[in-house]
Amino acid sequence: MGSSSSSRNKIPNAQELMDQTGFSSAHLLRLRDRFESLDRNNRGYLSRDDFEALGGLAMNPIGGRIIEAFFSSGQDTVDFSSFVRILAHFRPTDRNRNKEGTQQELPSSRTRKLKFAFQLYDLDRDGKISREELLQVLRAMLGLQVTEEQLQSIAERAIQEADLDKDDAISFDEFKKSLEKMDIDTKMSVSFLK
Amino acid sequence: MAALWTLSLLLSASLLGCLAVTSPDGSSLPHNLPPSLGTNSSDGSLSVDLPMALRVFSMDYHHVQAPFEIVLWIMLASLAKLGFHWSGRVPAVVPESCVLIMVGLLVGGVIYGVRHSAPPTLSADAFFLFLLPPIVLDAGYFLPGRLFFENLGTILWYAVLGTLWNVLGIGLSLYGVCLLAQSSLGDVSLLHCLLFGSLIAAVDPVAVLSVFQEMQVNEQLHILVFGESLLNDAVTVVLYKLFESFLRLPSVSGLDVLLGGCRVVVVGIGGLCVGLFFGLLAALTSRFTSRAQVIAPLFVFLYSYLSYLTSEMLHLSGIMAIVTCAATMKQYVEANVSERSNTSIQYFLKMWSSVSETLIFIFLGVSTIQDIHMWSWPFVCSTLLLCLIWRATGVLLLTAFVNKLRRNAVTFRDQFIIAYGGLRGAICFSLVFLIDDFPKKRLFITTTIVVILFTVFVQGMTIKPLVELLYVKRKKRALPTLSEEIHSRLIDHLVAGIEDVVGYWGQHYWKDKFEQFNKKYLRRFLIRNDRQASSSILRVYQELERREQRGVEEEAPPIVDPRSQGRPLLPEEMESIRRILSRNLQNFNNKQTPAYSRHTLHQDTSVDRTRKPLYRHQSLGERYSYNTITHFQGEDGGLSEPQRVRTGLSRSHTVCSISPRSTLLDSSDSAGPAQTRSMDPKAAREDLVSPKHQETVERAARKHLSFVLENEKQQ
Repeated sequence: MGSSSSSRNKIPNAQELMDQTGFSSAHLLRLRDRFESLDRNNRGYLSRDDFEALGGLAMNPIGGRIIEAFFSSGQDTVDFSSFVRILAHFRPTDRNRNKEGTQQELPSSRTRKLKFAFQLYDLDRDGKISREELLQVLRAMLGLQVTEEQLQSIAERAIQEADLDKDDAISFDEFKKSLEKMDIDTKMSVSFLK
Repeated sequence: MAALWTLSLLLSASLLGCLAVTSPDGSSLPHNLPPSLGTNSSDGSLSVDLPMALRVFSMDYHHVQAPFEIVLWIMLASLAKLGFHWSGRVPAVVPESCVLIMVGLLVGGVIYGVRHSAPPTLSADAFFLFLLPPIVLDAGYFLPGRLFFENLGTILWYAVLGTLWNVLGIGLSLYGVCLLAQSSLGDVSLLHCLLFGSLIAAVDPVAVLSVFQEMQVNEQLHILVFGESLLNDAVTVVLYKLFESFLRLPSVSGLDVLLGGCRVVVVGIGGLCVGLFFGLLAALTSRFTSRAQVIAPLFVFLYSYLSYLTSEMLHLSGIMAIVTCAATMKQYVEANVSERSNTSIQYFLKMWSSVSETLIFIFLGVSTIQDIHMWSWPFVCSTLLLCLIWRATGVLLLTAFVNKLRRNAVTFRDQFIIAYGGLRGAICFSLVFLIDDFPKKRLFITTTIVVILFTVFVQGMTIKPLVELLYVKRKKRALPTLSEEIHSRLIDHLVAGIEDVVGYWGQHYWKDKFEQFNKKYLRRFLIRNDRQASSSILRVYQELERREQRGVEEEAPPIVDPRSQGRPLLPEEMESIRRILSRNLQNFNNKQTPAYSRHTLHQDTSVDRTRKPLYRHQSLGERYSYNTITHFQGEDGGLSEPQRVRTGLSRSHTVCSISPRSTLLDSSDSAGPAQTRSMDPKAAREDLVSPKHQETVERAARKHLSFVLENEKQQ
């Protein structure tokens, strides 16, 4: 196991990661352990099949998209700092830190969280959720419970509700506005305590 | 309003009359009877004094006495309730429970004045066996499941540990007070104090419900207080019986205390298991009720009551059993049983629980007027103070602990409401009557009554202004928009996935696991034809659809040009639809009532309703389809005739139906050749098929979902 100081030395850029993501060193250590247990072949990075080995994720309707979210465009591997940066979106929002004013925006802020969720829809990264993209997600989530026409109607209606500039797609701002009443901060938080 | 009050007064008078007729021997009372035409025989029946054996007019009260009096009491209670709601500003200031107790006090006083003896009291048996189950059943059936389980840890924490803290605290400090006031209270032993503590410490679900429903607090707070009041029954029952049996034992050893601790667990989990068992049985039974639909609601009540009685028989927690039973069977019963039966179940639940609650409060008032009071200033006042103090400190301590583990911290304001909203009610009252007789029993009874009256009146009346003063987060009232529902679901899946990655088994993990188990095994086994479970997104969507249809009936919508769904809607269609939707949604949102409303079924408005899955309604052998028939153009006017009739019928039954995908494929296959024939393929399909089969038309028609407005069909 080793002492905590020597383990922290194994994590490159630990201090920088802590500053950018807001994780504490204890969190980082735990995430490091988790990373190493996911990395079955001890390669020092994760690939898609490492993620797919997780049973729960495989049964998740949007599991594929979640996995994709870890990989930055074009790459096939996830190293530890990317792993941590993605997971940092799910830290509970620190309300107090913002009062210090000049903090750079943490991944766990509400906007960043919403951006993350937005990108689960917007696979082609054009900044808008088109009707087709919405339909794909709906199809994945609702599965065989609904007929195709019902899916179309639901998507139609959802776009009507949110689409303010009538371009038949949902931009990030419209997305944010439609969720303004929802408590994203708590909903999109995972407790990283052991 | 005045009429109602006079009516209730008349009723009380007739109650008195009945009681007078059955007056105990030896006391002379005025008879408020209709003028007698003949002699009064000693058993209270009148007869015309004719030499003949034939009696033209006679009255035999004893024959119907018991049911007659019961009905009169219930009538009095209900009229009082009606009067309360019609009486202007009173409901805003005074909670209903207070008014009912006051009415009870009044009636009790009058009866006492007339008869000079104690009025009928609430017997513990009647309370526990007849009056309490409907209320708890109603609460359990409408329990918001997801919210409850999300907060289950906190609720258990408060219920078990909080109750223990209160019981021990109040018991021990009361004993201290008794020791101090040696002169008057010297003969109250430690065990007696602990026994008293155990029954007075428990928060009462009936009182809590009746006060909190009139206050709009956020759901989380409501579920915390309410869940606690339900679950602490297990602890209360065990502690009460424990101390009672300790009182009977010659001596108490450490082993007995340990066994007592085990008993808490057994009682709680035992009640849970009994409830689960009967719940699943009820779900299974409801699967087979399609041929005798009128009986279906009866099974719900029978099984729930059976679970309650069984666990009472086994000395387990009856409240937990009945709540678990109701919560378990709900989703399966709703899926299996027709729409009308569902409505009947919900209405009967509300009705019975309403009547029960009213009766309980009135009897509380009536039973206060008794001969057997014993007053002792130090005891009563210290009990009141100690109850408040121990509850406040308990809540503070426990919350400080539990906030570290929760995502949504329980704020100070919430804590205040939890502590202040710990009302005592009829459960304490009945329990105190059940104590074995000992010299100071009357003192206990008096103190219990004082505490109940204090909490219900003072705390009940002041909690609403205090809440407003503290700006407790109010309940969000709006139905979530479809976007919110969709995105919320996405985020749920997302967080579950991330928790998988991180390896943290949060509540999402267990929720997902349970849902999978539910879908794979339970639903298949317990639901008829395994109708597909509608996801909540679908339900919200269909609920919104249903509302706009109903809303449109009331107003004249602009003409929309409806066509089949495949192509995107024209701009003017969208505009009119959106206008109608926003207008109707606003209207419906304004009519919302809170979830646990005693007085109305939350028809269109609460989230609970939207969770109900939709299914094909088959009643009386006919098939109704609803609002899913595409409208065709004028040339098919002749064709639309039979359908118009059918839709007219269907509207009155307000049933929705979804066709599974297989039907879609079937009809499209059969309609394939028709498509090439005419310009409007869907209309042609109707053309082709409907002369042959009414049913096929329905099936084909049903698969079209469109924003069809009611009025359109009439054209």
